[in-house]
Amino acid sequence: MTTVETEATRTWRHILAVIVGDPLALASVGVILIFILLAVFAGQIAPYPDQGAGKTNASNTMHPPSAENILGADKLGRDVLSRIMVGARAALIIPIFVVLFAVLIGAPLGAWAGYKGGWVDEIIMRLTDLFLAFPSLLLAMAIAFALGRGLDKAAIALIVSWWPWYTRIARGVAVGLRERYFVEAARAAGVRDVVILFRHILPNTISPILVQATVDMGTVILAMGGLAFLGLGTQPPAPDWGLMVSEGRTYMLNQWWIATYPGAAIFIVVLAFNLLGDTLRDIFDPRQYK
Amino acid sequence: MPAGGVAPTLHKLEYILRRLGTSLFVLLGVSVITFFLARVVPTDPAALYIGPKARQEDIDRVTKQLGLDQPLPVQYLVYMRELARGDLGTSISTKRPITQELADRIPATLELLFFSMFFAIVIGVPLGVLSAQAQGRLLDVVVRTLSIVGVSMPAFFLGLILQIIFFRNLDILPLAGRVDGDLRFTHPLTQITNFIVLDALLTSNWATLKDALLHLILPALTLAAYPIGLIARMTRAAMLEVLEQDYIRTARAYGLKQHLIIYQYALKNAISPTLTVIGLTFAFALTGTFFVEIIFNWPGLGLFTVRSLLNLDYPAIMGMTLFGATGYVLINLGVDVLQAWVDPRVSLK
Repeated sequence: MTTVETEATRTWRHILAVIVGDPLALASVGVILIFILLAVFAGQIAPYPDQGAGKTNASNTMHPPSAENILGADKLGRDVLSRIMVGARAALIIPIFVVLFAVLIGAPLGAWAGYKGGWVDEIIMRLTDLFLAFPSLLLAMAIAFALGRGLDKAAIALIVSWWPWYTRIARGVAVGLRERYFVEAARAAGVRDVVILFRHILPNTISPILVQATVDMGTVILAMGGLAFLGLGTQPPAPDWGLMVSEGRTYMLNQWWIATYPGAAIFIVVLAFNLLGDTLRDIFDPRQYK
Repeated sequence: MPAGGVAPTLHKLEYILRRLGTSLFVLLGVSVITFFLARVVPTDPAALYIGPKARQEDIDRVTKQLGLDQPLPVQYLVYMRELARGDLGTSISTKRPITQELADRIPATLELLFFSMFFAIVIGVPLGVLSAQAQGRLLDVVVRTLSIVGVSMPAFFLGLILQIIFFRNLDILPLAGRVDGDLRFTHPLTQITNFIVLDALLTSNWATLKDALLHLILPALTLAAYPIGLIARMTRAAMLEVLEQDYIRTARAYGLKQHLIIYQYALKNAISPTLTVIGLTFAFALTGTFFVEIIFNWPGLGLFTVRSLLNLDYPAIMGMTLFGATGYVLINLGVDVLQAWVDPRVSLK
């Protein structure tokens, strides 16, 4: 067990060293952290927190970027910057939790399938096949719609659509470990399966899963933006980047700032996650476990 | 590994048959999942099937009609019987059969998908090759930047930006739609296939052809951005791997011309991994049409889906989900069979 822990610690140190040594990855981490901080402290630092949350300001409608509204104001006179900050909760923080939950569901299932083999493996993996048979966003859209619209429903829909990816990766790792000496030794010593799973198998799936999760963050943020754009996520007057683009779309040719800035926010955050994902992928290629 | 011969062909056939079997199983599973979404997940499916203005007697009628008072397995069998008849239900908003609604819109979407895939391959593959050839140099950096921007850009945002640049600022491309409305009167198009480009070609309607192609550029490019990025990255990685292999080094040592080595020998082997992403690209493009078609007012499946979402047209959404998933399964099957045909290594797995 101690070997596993030191191995994990070494992996983390290695990841950290690579990120610090790669200016692009470091900048990406910086950008992501800044956006997370903006989201968390939006209530305190947004210029107009109440407008950010949805309060209209009719006298200020469609105001172009100025000293009062750095990124302009939307159709209902609300400060675009404030809405981007408050909207980051739905657009960025929720997708982080979506990926986290998808990992928490998918990884143990996959590790269990790979470790047990036989019919357990067969059932779990055929189930993932079914979910992966849908284009992810199409499935998420259908589920969000079936549940009734709303941010929580969109989040559930995305979790249901994304867990199978982590099941596949964790299974691949577990299959490779099943026959290894430390696992066989544990089994021979009468250690219970559940304990082997959580002590010996799952810790080893962390690095490939972490890489995949980082790479997926961009896709999930895009998917969340897409659901919001389609009206299946956050409901007005609450803000969400995808919803803001959808609301500003009609005014794009003249009042360009309403849709452009939230659209750019999605692009920048997704780009940061993709750049970071690329760097991590170079360290451990999750494909090698498939 | 012997080329041709009886044994590899049998392997191939066996592989393809096995792959067909898996697809059938998956399609069955897809029907179970959509059945759950259509009939089990919502608290009152009958009310959803009639729409927001449901009266109690209508709800009772539809409950009977859909068999919602029956046990679940029976409901599933009824659902499957309707599917087998090609019946996806009736649209709430248009009152027409959903199969009909989808069929009417498929040509517009397929036309768009075809051109975006065309852009994706024609732009993505050469970019990947150039990038691999210039590994580490400026061109490589530029291509890699472009491809990561391509996969990071939300389609609904890129479409708007392209409209601003090419319609508002440069005024060289049309804003939206499939074809200019005036052309219907000046150059009426005989509809044969409902693919405007094809119909215009078949009837030598050059004015409409030119206009339809101009209308296709922006939406197809928007839809192609992600696939271009993906294909360029895949091709680059595959090329780098192939270029290191012995037979390429041998070809170099023999003094064969660079472009011959790259395009004749290397690319042929590097293209196979790129084939595998076509399924993924299709999935992306299909869901991408939801955004691209609404932004470019393109009268296809995507626009229909988005309108159905807004109208709470439940049967339409579920029909579209089933249709999209079926299409995706079939495309993936097609890609795998194609690959087994092209690549002798596949059948040995």
